[in-house]
This record gives sequence, structure tokens and C-alpha cells, in this order.
Amino acid sequence: MEEIKNRYDFVFYFDVENGNPNGDPDAGNMPRIDAETGIGIVSDVCLKRKVRNYVDLTREGTAGYRIYVQNGAVLNDRNKEAYINNDIKQESKKLPKNLEDQVKVTKFMCDNFYDIRTFGAVMTTEVNCGQVRGPVQLCFSRSVEPIMPAEMSITRMAVTNSKDADKGKTMGRKEYVPYGLYRLEGFVSAPLAEKSGFSDDDLNLLWEALMNMFENDRSASRGLMTSRRLIVFRHESRLGNAPAHRLFDLVKAERADANPSRPGRHFSDYMISVDEDNLPTGVTVKSFDYIPPQE
Amino acid sequence: MGYGIRVRIKGPRACFTRPEMHVERTSYDVITPSAARGILEAVYWKPAIRWVIDRIEVLNPITFDTIRRNEVASKVSYRAAKAAYASGTGALGVNVVEDRQQRNTLYLRNVDYVVDAHFEMVPERAGEADTASKHYNIALRRLRLGQCFNQPYLGCREFPAEVEAVGEEDELPPSYYEGEASHDLGYMLYDLSYKTGQDPMPQFYRAVMHRGVIDVAAARTAVVA
Repeated sequence: MEEIKNRYDFVFYFDVENGNPNGDPDAGNMPRIDAETGIGIVSDVCLKRKVRNYVDLTREGTAGYRIYVQNGAVLNDRNKEAYINNDIKQESKKLPKNLEDQVKVTKFMCDNFYDIRTFGAVMTTEVNCGQVRGPVQLCFSRSVEPIMPAEMSITRMAVTNSKDADKGKTMGRKEYVPYGLYRLEGFVSAPLAEKSGFSDDDLNLLWEALMNMFENDRSASRGLMTSRRLIVFRHESRLGNAPAHRLFDLVKAERADANPSRPGRHFSDYMISVDEDNLPTGVTVKSFDYIPPQE
Repeated sequence: MGYGIRVRIKGPRACFTRPEMHVERTSYDVITPSAARGILEAVYWKPAIRWVIDRIEVLNPITFDTIRRNEVASKVSYRAAKAAYASGTGALGVNVVEDRQQRNTLYLRNVDYVVDAHFEMVPERAGEADTASKHYNIALRRLRLGQCFNQPYLGCREFPAEVEAVGEEDELPPSYYEGEASHDLGYMLYDLSYKTGQDPMPQFYRAVMHRGVIDVAAARTAVVA
């Protein structure tokens, strides 16, 4: 597969209804919040985790789409698929020099693991064989409006320890955001893709993963999370034709009602617009509401 | 230093991690020359040139914020990868649940810097066609067009930087520290020296801000390794 030849920048909107999109371990698992503004935050690594999980789920067992940083158990049996290296090895028998060895091992990791190819990885132990900087870079997601995290007390009609048996039930807490529309900004660098081997297929899989990752990540804490819109800016050249922040400024999410009398509680309360008239030359934009999952 | 450039570097968050507090990352108060060099290299770099930072002006007040995240403790094992490469089988993944660490990051909010830099030619890596004016013009063109090799970032990749060239005629807001004659930031990382071979050697300098400006060029003469 050939590597991508264009730079991309993207804006991605997702929302949460009555759920906790990303708990803050510092604040007793309350939804992350920017203390200065009340704007909700979802960390970069939180969404990368979901992209990995989605790729792991849908491409399990496909050569070249393994996930290095796995959730839960590492299953050894999954290595039945042939490692890509075996035939490369034969033709390059007389290059046992150390540096080339390192390059080969790094390439082997990139070829096999989607997440290393995409997000990069630090590959270093006693030998300094460097690291892979992935072409895809994500920022912290921010909510469009300040969020109002709420706390709910819940009861369980059972206890864990027998010494508490006379109490009959235990109380717990759940933290959630009634509604939050979040915006993620991200970058895809073509020169770094050339180094890690990140291809057009990989890019399409990234878009697919972003649009479908919440569909397969249901849990008691998440509530209803939905990918709402993905806006992809494609630069004509590999280095790009405009600064990323200028493109991001073209995308706005505003309240559908100019003077809303109540807090936003649904996606239909917001309007996302892309100012295509002011698109810099050499940049094209595509907007997706849905990308069907590929099997 | 004929080919100097001036850039404005800003972003909502930044973390220029102190080497002595890198586990639970704590940022320096201001950008390090090494991070500024990395930003310029993300825009334009070739082996024939070496970026040198001369001056850093801090426009915004220094404020901190914190975030705690789940991270993994381990790195990709070169040995395991090499063994798998040779034998054709093997387990390579990392179990994020077992290998989990919660780490705190103390990062900077709303940073805005004006950085003056120039580049020096590296004669042993330069070919016939590598003239200083060529590299200068490419770097300037990329800055003006917003082009970059990869998106520049403020210390960590999740904190992207906005970078733009500043011309003579551009008006800049005054520094928040303009009225402060001297603001000592202590010893800060200057850069890593790769001269000794494989292992980079950290170099430090005494960063003092005069009216919001750190004169890196002057402080450079007293760099300690």
C-alpha cells in the first residue's frame, strides 16, 4: 500500500447524553472540566483508545491491523497469521548491519500494527532504535458550551462483604453530563506517514473508526455517545496549503436558536457550519455524517 | 546572523517538561530553546542547517493547570520485536489494564511567545546547492503558507502550536511582564547536545526575563552541561 500524499486536518464532533465521556481520576471520576471556563474536556488518549479498540474489534486477525496497546488480555493465540517479515527476510540476507537491523525491526512493527503506524510508539530498550512518530495527532476535545456535570446517587440491593450483611444495601455514585457536544481537532502529516507507512486505506479506516467507535463502546458510565460529524480538510500538497488554525476557524457549532432560553440538551439544539466560501486555495473540504462500517 | 526570522508561537496549552519532574510531568514556566527549535524543525529543516534560538518574548501571564491521565508504563520492546521478526511468531502487545499508571501533568495555559531565531549552515552536511538564502526563503514561505512537515507542538504532541511569521510591520501586543525589570526563571534546559555520539547531553542555562524577554543569545555563552 502506498502512503498518503496529502496533508489533512480534521474537526470531529461527538456528543454525550446522560453519560460520562471521560472521567477525571483527579476528581473522583467526575467528567473532565476546564476549571477556568467550565468547558468539558476529553483527553487525546481517551479517543485514541477508542480508535484502537474499534480497529481491534473490526480487523481482528487481519494481517497488518494488529493493535499494539491492547485493552484487557493479550491473547497469544492471535499470532497465527503469518508475520509479514518472513519473505522480506530472505531477499535481504546480506544486510546484517546493526542500524539496518533496527530499521527493519521498526518497519516490521509499523507493518504489523495499525496503532504504531498511525499514532506512533516509543521503541526503545537497551538498543537505541528510536521511535516512530505517527502521522496522526489529536488534541484535547472541548465542549462547545460549558458543561454542567451532575451527580446521581444509586443503590445496590446487595453488599460485598458478609460483615455488612445487616445493612442490606450499598450506595454508589454516578457522575454524568446531561448533554455535551464536543469538538476534536486533529492533524495528519503526510511526511510522517511516509516514514511509518500510513496509507490511504489506513486513513479511511481512521475516519471509519472515528464515526463508529462509540457504537461499539457502550457501557453503564458512557450514556449515549454518538459521532455526529467529521469535517476533513484535504490539502493539495503534502506539506499543506494553509495553517491548520485558519481551517479550524471555518468550522463553527452554534445554537440553532439564536437566543436559547434553556441549556442545550440535544444535538438538534446546535448547528454545525463550515464556511466553505472562505476556504483557502488548494484545500478541499468534505463533511461526513455517517460512514458505514466495513467488514 | 543575516538570516534571522521572527515567529509568533501560541496555543491554548503547553507542557515543556522539566527533566527532573518527568514522571508526573511538570512544565517549565516558559518554552525552552529546545522546544522552540523543535517547532521550527517541524516547519522546515534539512541536515544542512541548524536552527538556533536567539530571543524569547513571553506575551501572556504564566498560568498552570493540571490533568491526570491513564498511561502505560512500558515501551515497545525492541528485543521482543526482534525475536518475533526472526522467528515469525510471538506476542508483542501491551496490556493496558495491567500496565496502567495514572500520571499527572502540570501544564501551561494560553501561551503566546515571540521567538527570534536564525539558522547556521552545517558545512559537512551541506551540498553545492545549499545556500543560506535558499533555506531562508523556503522556511519563510512555509511559515507564510502555514505549511509544515508535521503539525508543530508545544512540548507534547497533544498540545498543537499555531506558528506564524512576524514581519517588521506587524504589531505585537505588549508582554504581560513588560513592567517587570527582572524575572529569574532559574536554570532551564537549553538544549540537548548530540556531539558526543549516541547519548544526548543535556545543557542548561540561566533564564532571566527582562521586561518579558529572555535573551537566549546572551545567555548561551554561559550554558552548563
